[in-house]
Amino acid sequence: MYSEARYVPFGDKALIVRFGSTISPQVNRRVHALDKAILSANLLGVRECVPTYCSLLVSYDPAQVSYKKLVSEAKKVQKLSEAHVSEEKARRAVIPVAYGGDFGPDISRVAQYHGLRESEVIRIHSERDYMVYMIGFIAGFPYLGEVADEIATPRLETPRIRVPEGSVGIAEKQTGIYPREAPGGWQIIGRTPIKLFDPSWQPPALLQPSDFVRFKPISIDEFRQIHAAVSKGSFDPFTQE
Amino acid sequence: MKLFRVIKPGFFTTVQDLGRYGFLRYGVPISGAMDEFSLQLANMLVGNALGDACLEVTMLGPEFEVLHDAQIAVTGGDLSLQINGQDCEMWQTLAVKEGDVLSLGKVQTGCRAYVAINGGINVPVILGSRSTYVRCEMGGFQGRQLKAGDVVEGVDDVQLMRHCLSVPSDLVPDFGAGAAVRVVLGPQLDSFTDKGVETFLSNPYTVTVEADRMGYRLEGPLIEHSKQVDTISEAILPGSVQVPANGKPIVTMKDAQTTGGYPNIAAVISSDLHVLGQVKPNDKVFFQRTTLSEAHRLRFEYSNKIRLIERKLQRRRLE
Repeated sequence: MYSEARYVPFGDKALIVRFGSTISPQVNRRVHALDKAILSANLLGVRECVPTYCSLLVSYDPAQVSYKKLVSEAKKVQKLSEAHVSEEKARRAVIPVAYGGDFGPDISRVAQYHGLRESEVIRIHSERDYMVYMIGFIAGFPYLGEVADEIATPRLETPRIRVPEGSVGIAEKQTGIYPREAPGGWQIIGRTPIKLFDPSWQPPALLQPSDFVRFKPISIDEFRQIHAAVSKGSFDPFTQE
Repeated sequence: MKLFRVIKPGFFTTVQDLGRYGFLRYGVPISGAMDEFSLQLANMLVGNALGDACLEVTMLGPEFEVLHDAQIAVTGGDLSLQINGQDCEMWQTLAVKEGDVLSLGKVQTGCRAYVAINGGINVPVILGSRSTYVRCEMGGFQGRQLKAGDVVEGVDDVQLMRHCLSVPSDLVPDFGAGAAVRVVLGPQLDSFTDKGVETFLSNPYTVTVEADRMGYRLEGPLIEHSKQVDTISEAILPGSVQVPANGKPIVTMKDAQTTGGYPNIAAVISSDLHVLGQVKPNDKVFFQRTTLSEAHRLRFEYSNKIRLIERKLQRRRLE
């Protein structure tokens, strides 16, 4: 983690505030704290913010605010936000996953890679809370971390052309969920019936950066039941604890 | 109102406006016209708001049967515009009649043409925009490029313009076989050696066939990194120039992913990005360094230019 956040211009309509150069919850929390602080401060000329692992992108309208002015305003907000980093009240979602079988074609590979049984991979993957570090790659795709070293597995050597919607995967120490069918190289260990993205929602993504997620193993039957409930709009992953 | 029936879809024809803002944090790209300047001028010529939705036509044009009398305008790259087999002028208001066949053919100059219709293209607004983002089947015409048999709708009860407008020839951009665009260096400049930056700024880069709305892979002298390319994803925007470990730059465009793991050597300034929307495979791109304050001045100048053209067109209408 850097002792001082670093501000750099990104083109003529954005800046990047960098807090460190490693993936860690401490660095990412500072990113989210500044993100929230800037959004709630309603700074003149700020269009949107994009939190990622170690940095925050702030896009602005140069017709409304100069780079210099924006940096000084953001630094003020940042000082205030740092005081509240730990007080953050996070939202928590429970995401049901049917592990293995056709839904998780790579679970045996992950198990073999680490000399584990598939049931152990499931237990380890579903026993901890993951933080949503950021959303990217495709609309609504959450990058979650960190996965326990016992199951952290490199990406596939040859990415798949099609990974089905709802697939839950592992890539190194990250885990993530495909909100829709897409090409991808993550090790797919299961599938969730939960819908993660819908442009008619406000906001359009179920999960937001800084939320926490825990996976809950379910059977194929439960998968079908929850899938039906999801299509009727009667399943809320934020009230399942 | 049913306006066009698609006879031939062309290579890649989508509905675009000025893009989708405010959803980058959810992984939704900006999308919108690759060449905003041409889209805005097309809209001016038919009396639309500057950001109304148009058809963006790529490389090889579509053919439409006109289903209703309308005013249209075609701007951007020269794609051999014809009505009923007769060559037609671009950059001016055109009246089309029911039964006419409007066609765009092979690209002569530039890469993309914009077809505006009086009142705009009528498709649903998704997350604040009518732009098509094909990768997530979002927005535009059913989230995809047009295909044969589709019927493109316009808006009912539009007010037709009394006079046709045309863009004075000195204001029509000259799309050569290349483009010079200005860049602000960074935001991962420390990932490159001075020599790498020098290479990037002093050589032309050729657009490869891997060029679409997400970005262009470029070919040219290899850009030297200062350290091992690290892969922690950071936010990216259209116009980012990323350099993967192989040293060959990729410039991201309107449908670019919102995050990426390659270091960015520079970003194309916002007032020059539309120029890149008109380059195609084998064209050359020169990157010229500019400062942030100069980029802001150029942004201001660009906005003024758009306003000036709008006023000029209004005046010509009065004459």
